Amino acid sequence: MATVHFSRGLARYTGGVESLTVDAPRVQELLVVVTERFPGLTQPLEVMAIAVDGEVHQHHDYLKLRPDSEIHFVPQIAGG
Amino acid sequence: MSTATKTFEHVGTRPIRHDGLDKVTGRANYGADYALPGMLHGYVVRSPHAHARIVSIDTSAAEAMAGVKAVVTGSDIPKTNAKLVMGEAALDLGAMGDNALAHDKALYEGHAVAAVAATSPEIASAAAEAIRVVYEPLQPVMNVDQALAPDALILHDGMVTKGRPKPDAPTRTNVALRMELTRGDLDKGFAGADVVIERTFTTPMVHQGYIEPHACVARWGEDGQVVVWTSTQGHFVVRDCCAGILGIDAARIKVIPSEIGGGFGGKIPVYLEPVAIALARKAHRPVKLVMSREDVFRASGPTSGTKIRVKLGAKKDGSFVAASASLYYEAGAYAGSPAGAGAMCAIAAYDIPNFLVEAYDIVVNRPKVAAYRAPGAPAAAFAVESVVDEVARRLGKDPIELRLQNAVREGDQAAYGPEFGPIGLREVLEAARCHPHWKAPLVPQPGRKVGRGVACGFWFNAGLNSSATVSLSADGSANVVTGNPDIGGTRVAQALMVSEELGIPVERVRPIVADTDSIGYNDVTGGSRVCYATGMAVIEAARDAQAQLRARAAKIWDVPVEQVGWERGRAIALNGASGREPLTVSELAAKLMHTGGPIIGSATVNAPMAGPAFGAHICDLEVDEDTGVSRVVRYTVVQDVGKAVHPSYVEGQMQGGASQGIGWALNEEYVYDAEGHLQNPGFLDYRMPVASDLPMIDTVIIEVANPLHPYGVRGVGEVPIVPPLAAVANAMHDATRVRFTALPLSPPRVLAALKQRG
Repeated sequence: MATVHFSRGLARYTGGVESLTVDAPRVQELLVVVTERFPGLTQPLEVMAIAVDGEVHQHHDYLKLRPDSEIHFVPQIAGG
Repeated sequence: MSTATKTFEHVGTRPIRHDGLDKVTGRANYGADYALPGMLHGYVVRSPHAHARIVSIDTSAAEAMAGVKAVVTGSDIPKTNAKLVMGEAALDLGAMGDNALAHDKALYEGHAVAAVAATSPEIASAAAEAIRVVYEPLQPVMNVDQALAPDALILHDGMVTKGRPKPDAPTRTNVALRMELTRGDLDKGFAGADVVIERTFTTPMVHQGYIEPHACVARWGEDGQVVVWTSTQGHFVVRDCCAGILGIDAARIKVIPSEIGGGFGGKIPVYLEPVAIALARKAHRPVKLVMSREDVFRASGPTSGTKIRVKLGAKKDGSFVAASASLYYEAGAYAGSPAGAGAMCAIAAYDIPNFLVEAYDIVVNRPKVAAYRAPGAPAAAFAVESVVDEVARRLGKDPIELRLQNAVREGDQAAYGPEFGPIGLREVLEAARCHPHWKAPLVPQPGRKVGRGVACGFWFNAGLNSSATVSLSADGSANVVTGNPDIGGTRVAQALMVSEELGIPVERVRPIVADTDSIGYNDVTGGSRVCYATGMAVIEAARDAQAQLRARAAKIWDVPVEQVGWERGRAIALNGASGREPLTVSELAAKLMHTGGPIIGSATVNAPMAGPAFGAHICDLEVDEDTGVSRVVRYTVVQDVGKAVHPSYVEGQMQGGASQGIGWALNEEYVYDAEGHLQNPGFLDYRMPVASDLPMIDTVIIEVANPLHPYGVRGVGEVPIVPPLAAVANAMHDATRVRFTALPLSPPRVLAALKQRG
């Protein structure tokens, strides 16, 4: 089960839930579970990238998850 | 200093770059150097108002002039809500098109409202003057305070605050985005602090200051095929943005990048290219557009002016226990400042158990900001590192020791979420502490004060998408082809990677930056990603070529390929095939046509964000207390780069970033009058440092290998602009005992503060 961590800012949309374990093979399926459970997250997550096991990905839908994967949502950035 | 264990034969050497001679002799072609038969010259009409409704545009007189072949306005750019997901963020094509040619409102002084193409620059300029634009001037909104005022004029009807707006946020707003990062219990953290420092800082809007103005040529062929020659950090971005803005099939657009005379993030957006295409479509002739230096300042992206409040709490022993920060960043005329990145970088260097960092992206009547080296981070570091310096002084602690005490290390959770992997902040700080500069006594000159400051900086570094091919010639030389304009010496770095993998001398590897038709997709040259991500593609392409060479050796030796290895540029026989003499690349290449034909290795990567990197800078500043003039007299940059592929260009990046940051700290600023007119759009009045203003900047390369890259590369170009603002300001405090919270530290500001100090 991958563990999804919600920052305190995002926890506003999860009713205070700061982490969640999700059984999902890939990020795409994980996001479906997360946003179905917390619909308020849909809009905030549109402007965020995702960190899987410490690596930040911008194109993440089909990324495979390990059973012990750690997921964080981070703001998107643009470099110069 | 290196923690890397891998040994290299070519990587880490300092050969002359392949493009060097053309550049120093003037042979290299930059954006304005292109000319085509029948080419027209364009001129852009720009708004004299910072904020105005466009009532009407009458182009009839201009169109009637002899030699005028086309006139375009916002009506030639379709309005769109389309977004383009490209690299690190979604680009708002509607805003980008409106920025290229305004539709309904002029949103800053210099905003393009029309353009002309004519047979000579003089006719184009005269025709531009003949265009009659009727404006309804509006009150300009020039800074975050004005934009946030309850009675502020709203730049964009319908703007809503995205991200995490506060519950009581107004529905009509100039705030495009609010985000926050939080952890722990802030009140409890501050309650347990022995020292709390809280200050509000401001930094001015500044420009990247690239020496080459924006320039392009566009041709619309009779067959509808479009070719654009342009100076850009990402020609694939130019292609896809122009297609989206103009509603053209991207398959019909080919973009050929010129050499680039600096970009630093400012040459990622498109400004001239959609306009040149629109003019060429109307005129049926190629059109050239070149910005003047004034245009560059007024109408191409600077970086945000900021207002940042920081509060930091520490125990007597020096440990940081709580921090809060509110970052307000000017986005310019459209949403999209680097406030979020600033928030993520603000306290990234430190392990602080309780914090709240919030950031606001705010539209104002200034040019739309573009990326600028570590976008958002320098201003945030100025604020936080100034307060860290103050905490150190309050506690009587050495400022490097205090930073070391609180520095993040591998396994710590970054303030922005994930855990850090191997990082080199502690190694950087140790190296700074041991550097002779830190221990050298300060020697004031008569009539001058001298001070020393130190500051840290952080940047994520990007990964993203890259493509590369490596093709072998029959003479044993090779081409390496990528799609990233070479800004910082990336061609020679890529050639070194091919040399490392195939054993071909670097002078026999030809690195090529190909156009959009000639190589697979590449994200922009930005985010410190090219040596890292495109480098990974190059290494994989070279390894692909190497695998094919081993197969050719197997064919020659008539053994299974599994019995062929590769060592230092030669195919070697493994168990079962022993006794055969190794075959060099040249020997294998000479037999290409007899063993199966040409060899091309290729690779694409979709790299995750690269390894995060840290730097620490030491600055000695001399201040003339009679005039307020200050001068950096010694400066040292220490930075973890993962692996320096070509150390000279790594050092050059470190020196260049520091120089730009010093300019930001001491002199650079956009100066507007009350009506929003820019007062200093030229290098005489916008004071950037030149070589004679600065000492030789010393560099110390730290190499803590990045496990995501085969050689350990992290990326280097952005970190070095992050610490200088605070390093200089901290040195100023050391010299004058005045804590400056507003940049730049220009002579009038310094003099006024010294008078107030008494």
